[in-house]
Amino acid sequence: MEAKREIVEAKQEITGAQALIKSLEMEGVEVIFGLPGGAILPVYDPILASPIRHILVRHEQGAGHAAEGYAHVTGRPGVAMVTSGPAATNIVTPLADAYMDSIPIVVITGQVASAFIGTDAFQECDTTGITMGVTKHNWLVTDAQDIPRIIAEAFHVATTGRPGPVLVDLPKDISNSVMRWYWPSVDELDLPGYKFPTVADPTAINQAVELILASKRPVIYAGGGILRARAAKALADLVELTGIPVVTTLMARGCIPDSHPLCLGMPGMHGNYTAVAAMQKADLLLTLGARFDDRVISKATAFAPYAKVIHVDIDPAEFDKVRHADVAVAADCKLAIEQINKALIGKDLDRSLELTPWIDQIREWQKTYPLVYDKTYSNGIIKPQFVIETLRDATPDDTIVVSGVGQHQMWTSQYWRFSHPYCWANSGGLGTMGFAIPAAIGAKVGRPAAMVWAIDGDGCFQMTAQELVTATAEKIPIKVAILNNAYLGMVRQWQEMFYDQRYSEVYLSPDLPDYVGWAESMGCIGLKVEHSEEVLPAIEKANSIDDRSVVIDFRTDTTEKVYPMVPSGASNDDIVVSPLLELQGKQS
Amino acid sequence: MNESSFSRQHHILSVLVENKAGVLARVAGLFARRGFNIFSLAVAPTQDERFSRITLVVDVERAPLDQMVKQLDKLINVVEISELHPSLARERELLLATIKADSDLRAQVIQLVGVFEGQIVDVGTSMLTVMLAGSPSKLDDFEVLMRSYDIIELARSGRIALPRL
Repeated sequence: MEAKREIVEAKQEITGAQALIKSLEMEGVEVIFGLPGGAILPVYDPILASPIRHILVRHEQGAGHAAEGYAHVTGRPGVAMVTSGPAATNIVTPLADAYMDSIPIVVITGQVASAFIGTDAFQECDTTGITMGVTKHNWLVTDAQDIPRIIAEAFHVATTGRPGPVLVDLPKDISNSVMRWYWPSVDELDLPGYKFPTVADPTAINQAVELILASKRPVIYAGGGILRARAAKALADLVELTGIPVVTTLMARGCIPDSHPLCLGMPGMHGNYTAVAAMQKADLLLTLGARFDDRVISKATAFAPYAKVIHVDIDPAEFDKVRHADVAVAADCKLAIEQINKALIGKDLDRSLELTPWIDQIREWQKTYPLVYDKTYSNGIIKPQFVIETLRDATPDDTIVVSGVGQHQMWTSQYWRFSHPYCWANSGGLGTMGFAIPAAIGAKVGRPAAMVWAIDGDGCFQMTAQELVTATAEKIPIKVAILNNAYLGMVRQWQEMFYDQRYSEVYLSPDLPDYVGWAESMGCIGLKVEHSEEVLPAIEKANSIDDRSVVIDFRTDTTEKVYPMVPSGASNDDIVVSPLLELQGKQS
Repeated sequence: MNESSFSRQHHILSVLVENKAGVLARVAGLFARRGFNIFSLAVAPTQDERFSRITLVVDVERAPLDQMVKQLDKLINVVEISELHPSLARERELLLATIKADSDLRAQVIQLVGVFEGQIVDVGTSMLTVMLAGSPSKLDDFEVLMRSYDIIELARSGRIALPRL
């Protein structure tokens, strides 16, 4: 606060580097994930005098994912700062990840001095050119006087409308040059072409309400936009009001509690049977902040053939991109749902919305096709789903869960029972292996009071595990459950099912690396669990340690596969359920 | 450029953008990564130097125009987009061509240029450079006629357009 007052009062000349740090302070930034280098050096000097905490990562990709994890669980923009050239290219993956999942992050990169741009200088690359396709917008600063305005614009663009990543590229000479400090108001931002919808058009709301009231088999298709718009409460009201069942996509898990009787869980390629079937048989999809991703709809021409579509999205480009919208509502999701709720209140919903036969059908599916795995263990073999269920039951219900990408991610989404929004971070759209460890660190920094568990695969863990050094050095205690099946499990599953069990380049070895030794070398507690009876005690031990990170190497059943599964290219109607269910079906 | 330079699959987009470095790259990059085709493109500052106007002729055979417009509209530097239907727009384009024409053929070429109300902008011992401004279809017709001569080089500006009054 003291620093802020000083900033506002002092109209003195300061350097571009100082202006950058002051601008971040003005934006309320509390933490930067970063790693210094030549071109960003001037900016690292004023950091020493700033109240902003800097967390020194071990790889620039880690800085980006940590910023994403922070944004996922707090709703505030994550900030990462790295140098030019290879540092900028290393952070391209998190930018692309955040762009796909609409996560607000602000990345500052150093750039070679203006006079050297275009000369193939040391550690030069065309950062704004490279990141153009994976950012909502980016800026190359050409005058130190522009820094406060550009930083204010960057935060404004990242956090408003459909959120997303932005990047500001700052040449070294600009950081070193002098400017006169100011701080712009929103009106002083130079964004003449930037616009986004807020409140919905009442006509569209009325049309939506008419479709809702006329529906017999409606489903609410809730996507990540619900969370980005902080619309969980509005959604709960809508469900309460109408009794319409909800599917929650991978990006939306937790937007309504899994314990809610009308929450059907995750749809899609590895969604549960009921969520998939309900969408297929629905006569109305009330689509809220979702984008008809191919992993949800599978074969587009066979998806939800009987359904009319209401599509609420803040990004009008999502309408008719994949699926025609009968009613398109361009609006902030929260405001639009509130408008729908308001329009519904006073209607005789009990009479006009007779959903009992539909709900009965859904209950029938739930009874016939539950999520199952083989619980008749022999020799203490550890099923990965058992680890997740045990972990789920042994942790507080506001535990933040972060996953990588692959089988472990799908099992986590399937078997975790989310009670609250913002307790789940994963890489949905881009499918970035290695997301979990740095994102979990970012999440813990954002919500230090929460318990943070990364559920990771052995393949994923090896991509970004070095950030556990960051966790130890910066005293950010997270917990890691590696579901170590010694394989790139999801690829192995596809090779088993679709390539005649011809396993090609998927074996990783359970013992190389030595995960316990590796964890301990990074200052963590390392535990190895090889028997199903050791699972709970190990988790309890991990939960009791909060002064350092804990890594548990769970040796899980290699042959376990993720079911249900809609094979690639198939229709959602051709969903393959677990062989265990087929067996039961034949017996009964 | 093929003989019929405009078909039903082509639409004209008049895009007002901020006159800043890299804006053209953003527009072109968007079209490339979304799999949209640009048939022609012309860009220059407007009367207000803060803005430029990009006139795009786009091929909507592969991607719907609606998607192109909405995706373009998401670019922060794009201020305004209008679709100009050919029947409701005034379109003009510029053509420059260097034609091989020795003393025997020179008069013929000059005559044709005259018929089209073009100009001779350069004359060499065995070559002529001619200029023609007009509607794109007029330029198409002229180009077809010039093909019976030896075209050394030919350049067209891509069309620019404004709504009819």
